[in-house]
Amino acid sequence: MPQLTLTANIPDPDDFYEALLAAHQGLSKAESDALNARLILLLANHIGDPDILREALEQASRKPAS
Amino acid sequence: MTRIFETPIYPYQRSADQDAPAPVRHKVVVVGAGPVGLVTAIDLAHQGVPVVVVDENDKVSFGSRAICFAKRPLEILDRLGCGQQMVDKGVTWNLGKVFFHDREIYSFNLLAGQGHRRPAFINLQQYHFEKFLVDHIRYMQTQGAPIEIRGRNKVSAVGLHDDHVTLEIDTPEGSYNIDADWLVACDGANSPIRKMLGLGFSGQVFEDNFLIADVVMEAEFPTERWFWFDPPFNKGQSALLHKQPDNVWRIDMQLGWDIDREEELKPENIRRRLHAMLGRDAKFELEWTSIYTFQCARMERFRKGHVLFAGDSAHQVSPFGARGANSGIQDADNLAWKLRAVINGDAPEALLDSYCDEREQAADENILNSTRSTEFITPKSEISHIFRDAVLDLAEHHEFARPLVNSGRLSVPTIHDGSPLNGPDAPGLPQETRPGAPAVDAPLRKGWLLDRLGDGFRLLAIGINVPDELAGIEVVQVAADESDALAERWLGGAGGALYLIRPDQHVAARWLEYDRDAITAAHERALGRQ
Repeated sequence: MPQLTLTANIPDPDDFYEALLAAHQGLSKAESDALNARLILLLANHIGDPDILREALEQASRKPAS
Repeated sequence: MTRIFETPIYPYQRSADQDAPAPVRHKVVVVGAGPVGLVTAIDLAHQGVPVVVVDENDKVSFGSRAICFAKRPLEILDRLGCGQQMVDKGVTWNLGKVFFHDREIYSFNLLAGQGHRRPAFINLQQYHFEKFLVDHIRYMQTQGAPIEIRGRNKVSAVGLHDDHVTLEIDTPEGSYNIDADWLVACDGANSPIRKMLGLGFSGQVFEDNFLIADVVMEAEFPTERWFWFDPPFNKGQSALLHKQPDNVWRIDMQLGWDIDREEELKPENIRRRLHAMLGRDAKFELEWTSIYTFQCARMERFRKGHVLFAGDSAHQVSPFGARGANSGIQDADNLAWKLRAVINGDAPEALLDSYCDEREQAADENILNSTRSTEFITPKSEISHIFRDAVLDLAEHHEFARPLVNSGRLSVPTIHDGSPLNGPDAPGLPQETRPGAPAVDAPLRKGWLLDRLGDGFRLLAIGINVPDELAGIEVVQVAADESDALAERWLGGAGGALYLIRPDQHVAARWLEYDRDAITAAHERALGRQ
């Protein structure tokens, strides 16, 4: 069964991170929230697999260690 | 002009029961002459069970109320001999359009499943629907069917006993008492019977108000369902436009929670809202207006001794998806044959518990769908709102987001997986006709498959010869090559198959080969006899 990838999988992390922030550049909080929501929906659809999506939701819902 | 809902169609008439020295005992009394009560009574009488319907009113329902009737309920009415008049009068629609802010973002077509006698939906005012049912009862009476409607007969007290129910009924000429072997309460979401018996009705109330306006207008809008999210004419809220027969249009506008109800209901305020939506020059007449709030709730159990609850008295949903009247009619369909079997001594009383199991499952499914639609249409938190709008924005450009848009998941029948009445399944046959599913229609060389099934137990033999007569089961022999739709829906890749079909046309069990003992055992099981 396929699993959520939790090891590094983005070839150039710095490039991606910069592109992510650039997409939000100059946006209001509301516009950024909307962009994030659209991004999540696009990526979720790309993944599609309900088990992987559930696992991603679980991982994202874990409280950061204090 | 006197409107249809202003004319008494089952006026009070004194019954011989009112002059009887002791309470007269009836087989079945149905309380409530709405769509569900009338269909229940018609189905029972159709199957030869004597039935009396009592209703506190003497007219069809005031205003339009339910307007969308789905394919499965229409098929049930076909079985009862009164589907055609509904379809002839109703407006058939297939196209739905979704708007966001000031623009159309996409449209959808319900025509996907061709090869069915009935369309996915018709729109028909509830008063027409009820009138056709009462007309059908009048026709059945001329044919000697044991069915009676008593107008202005209001149940004022109900008593539960081990094997019957006692009723006190108020009429314009005083009260009288009758007894009933079985009582079916189809008396609506505020069910007086449920309250008199002290039974609970719990669920979630939604903090929102909706304005319904049925307006008569000559308009150029096409016969489509139009749904708006956050339109300029109703900022931050939703709206729906739908066509009914006789140039009546249903407009449904979300108003929010904090409103001045009396103010909103003033005709001048309603007209102002409608002009903002339909255009300043639109000419229309208000036929019926109402503001409603809703809840999603159900009874814990739809049976209490010899009282059975069906329709809104047992379960209530939001209007999104047209799952109220449509599911109530399917309650009636599920209940009538079981009640007949118990009354005739063909089945133990426990068969009626399967009515609860199956229709409670359906109610849960409807409540789930309806609650999800409500969350999408009226987001309850900031983040819910953000995601909702993101889905709508994406849906305009990308097909993938359209299945996420939820302006109401339109009523489809429940497949009773896990029902105690289900018998064996056979591998490789299509999922859509598995045990628990309603029979799926298909064209035959002559006519339609569902018309061959009727309302008793049937062994549908497709491409397989049945050599025997079977007690209590009529064999319906159909060739495997009648139509591609038949093969696709009933055979998959198999060359032939046998289906045991219940009187409500749900599949009880299926096989790839004839096995007399297995069929008999499945029949016993479907009657609750084992």
